Amino acid sequence: MGLFAFLKEKFSKKDKNEKTEKYEKGLAKSRQAFASRLDDLSKRYSSVNEEYFEELEQILIEADVGVSLTIKLVEQLLDKSEEEGIKDPVKINEELVDTMFVGYVENGGNITNEIQFREDGPTVLLVEGVNGVGKTTSIAKLAKRYMDKGKKVLLVAADTFRAGAVDQLKIWASRLGCPIITGKENGDPASVCYDGAKYAKENNIDLVIVDTAGRLQNKANLMQELGKMNRVISKEIPDAPHETFLIIDATTGQNGVSQAKSFKEVSNITGIVITKMDGTSKGGIILSIRDELGVPVRFIGLGEKMEDLEEFDLDEYLNGLLVGNGK
Amino acid sequence: MAFESLSEKFQGIFKKLKKEDKLTETNMASAIKEIRVALLEADVNFKVVKAFTEDVKAKALGQDVLTKVNPGEMLIKICHDELVELLGADNTDIKYEKGLTTIMLCGLQGAGKTTSAGKLANLMKNKLNKKVLLAGLDVYRPAAIEQLGVLAHQLGVDFFEMGTNSNPVNVAEEAKKKALSEGYDVLIMDTAGRLQIDEKLMNELKDINKVIHPTEVLLLVDAMAGQDAVNVASAFNNDLRLTGVIMSKLDGDAKGGAALSIKYMSGLPIKFAGVGEKLTDLDIFYPSRMADRILGMGDVVTFVEKAKEAIDEKTAEKEAKKMMDGNFTLDDLLRQMKMVQKMGSLQSIAKMIPGMPKITDEQTAQAEKEMKIFESVINSMTPYERKHPDCLKFSRKNRVAKGCGLTNAEVNRVIRKWEQSKEMMKQMKQYQKSGKMPGGYGRR
Repeated sequence: MGLFAFLKEKFSKKDKNEKTEKYEKGLAKSRQAFASRLDDLSKRYSSVNEEYFEELEQILIEADVGVSLTIKLVEQLLDKSEEEGIKDPVKINEELVDTMFVGYVENGGNITNEIQFREDGPTVLLVEGVNGVGKTTSIAKLAKRYMDKGKKVLLVAADTFRAGAVDQLKIWASRLGCPIITGKENGDPASVCYDGAKYAKENNIDLVIVDTAGRLQNKANLMQELGKMNRVISKEIPDAPHETFLIIDATTGQNGVSQAKSFKEVSNITGIVITKMDGTSKGGIILSIRDELGVPVRFIGLGEKMEDLEEFDLDEYLNGLLVGNGK
Repeated sequence: MAFESLSEKFQGIFKKLKKEDKLTETNMASAIKEIRVALLEADVNFKVVKAFTEDVKAKALGQDVLTKVNPGEMLIKICHDELVELLGADNTDIKYEKGLTTIMLCGLQGAGKTTSAGKLANLMKNKLNKKVLLAGLDVYRPAAIEQLGVLAHQLGVDFFEMGTNSNPVNVAEEAKKKALSEGYDVLIMDTAGRLQIDEKLMNELKDINKVIHPTEVLLLVDAMAGQDAVNVASAFNNDLRLTGVIMSKLDGDAKGGAALSIKYMSGLPIKFAGVGEKLTDLDIFYPSRMADRILGMGDVVTFVEKAKEAIDEKTAEKEAKKMMDGNFTLDDLLRQMKMVQKMGSLQSIAKMIPGMPKITDEQTAQAEKEMKIFESVINSMTPYERKHPDCLKFSRKNRVAKGCGLTNAEVNRVIRKWEQSKEMMKQMKQYQKSGKMPGGYGRR
């Protein structure tokens, strides 16, 4: 069964819940720029030709799927169209969606998005990313998520560099009512991590979330600093950090892949959080990252409210991107 | 790394191209394709790429191709020049009023507004001696006001805020009142980040715009921004009538194609570039550097440029004839070497030519040292000696060595090199006569 058909069937059977609505709303912009345009395209052509494929290429690139992946996809479709004599635009589009996402569905079937907690002792989550992607805000959202599940959460403000960063996290901690460990301004972030790990062990904390300073991935010494923080934490708590999330801004272009690659080199990234998804029109970024790195997207930011950080659900995502009508 | 791979790609294309003296639809085709991919990979908007490459093609059609380069290289140079022209703007300076100049910064979340507000304040206070007031209008993001306050304190610049329970429009009004009555030259307003589709927050900016009438409304654009950047810019521009753009995070490795997209679509000048995390890391925007960065083919462009300047066809021909005749003096040797030097350091030339074997830094340094030695030795000789190196016996050599502060051995080495070159010329001439090329040439 084609993906379109599968999604339509799945989502027509069940009543729309809050989650489905959130995905459909948050992905409305992406859907307009992708599924609606595909639809429109197939209505304007009675059979596919060179111009049709050119327009397809444009839609894909504008969804930030990336040039090389786009060219690969369109060439595959061209071959298939020639070999099997498929000329119907609707069929070609279905074929495209299948080629794009089926691989993702197959690879991503058995991924657990929720943070995996250790049986005893604190679980440590390190949060990394370039400047301005929304690390601190995402941390607050994650902290709330797990506090609501009854976990004892500790925030560690290891961004000692940016002015106001510690204050920002402190405000969140007081709003959420959770403890926070801070260090001196411009102090060594690794030593804040040490203090945090020690506090967590002494106070039966379940989840330690460490906020790090934003750094551009081409700054070698700042990237090394992450390595040091990793080592300090693992000395205090065995196997820590147990989870490392890389935050990526959905409005980022082709640089997103470079970010993921570089951060992967210095730390063991176990998941990606995509932020600001509702403000952009590119469902494509998830594809490029998966295609090149094999790191799963675990959470996705679909709006500004505290509850708008959603666990990444592929079917919901695809429904929101391809089918959902927001009704 | 992107540079190397592109150069390699080009090398492949260029091999296929024959020498042609005019740019035509056909000989440009593959280079146009590469330029297109390069621009798309740099996050230039699809529509802009299409329109821009058409412009370049139209401009290039029928142009003469320089003798030393091929049509592909020539086209890239034309494309680069076009980019520079497009990116450059005549009004990149901040417009200063006689009295108070008001600047409003706006943009998406995380674009770098607060940091840039600090950087602008630093520039205006410390470089231009202006009395600056920073105002914190971001009442939404936790600690945004504190962040700006810390920066103001570090800079020794006055800071205005009314807490997080205030209305940003009121804060702007009060800040302006204060700035006017206390004789400030510049008021910089930092606003909260917002999505261009957030109607409520966009209306708030419109209101501020209405009551303040800022001299400059600047949009912060992240160098990492993707295809959507152009839509963001046009939405902000429609609502606020922007006066310019600041590109942030250009110290990263993103290519920053958004700069081109925005300039092309809206004509907004790019006034500043953020190039680091320190408060002094705000630079004016260099169109040429940006063009290099977006195109990622700065190497090819520089090569074409330098080939154009350095190699004067006629001199080169004369030179060749002289060499072949065996009438080759030390002056000629020096001129030859200088011609190569004019094209830049050996290393940069090696990098510019696609497929050139990698030369290590030590090798390069060694070769360049060698060239300096040759130059100082030859310059210490009399014109007669340079024309008749055979006359250089012990005492003359001694004088030359003293004159350039080197040893006799080095003087000897120069003379030996000249003898070798001369011998080679003679041989080449003989080969030419007999119709055979010297070993290694023409039979791969």
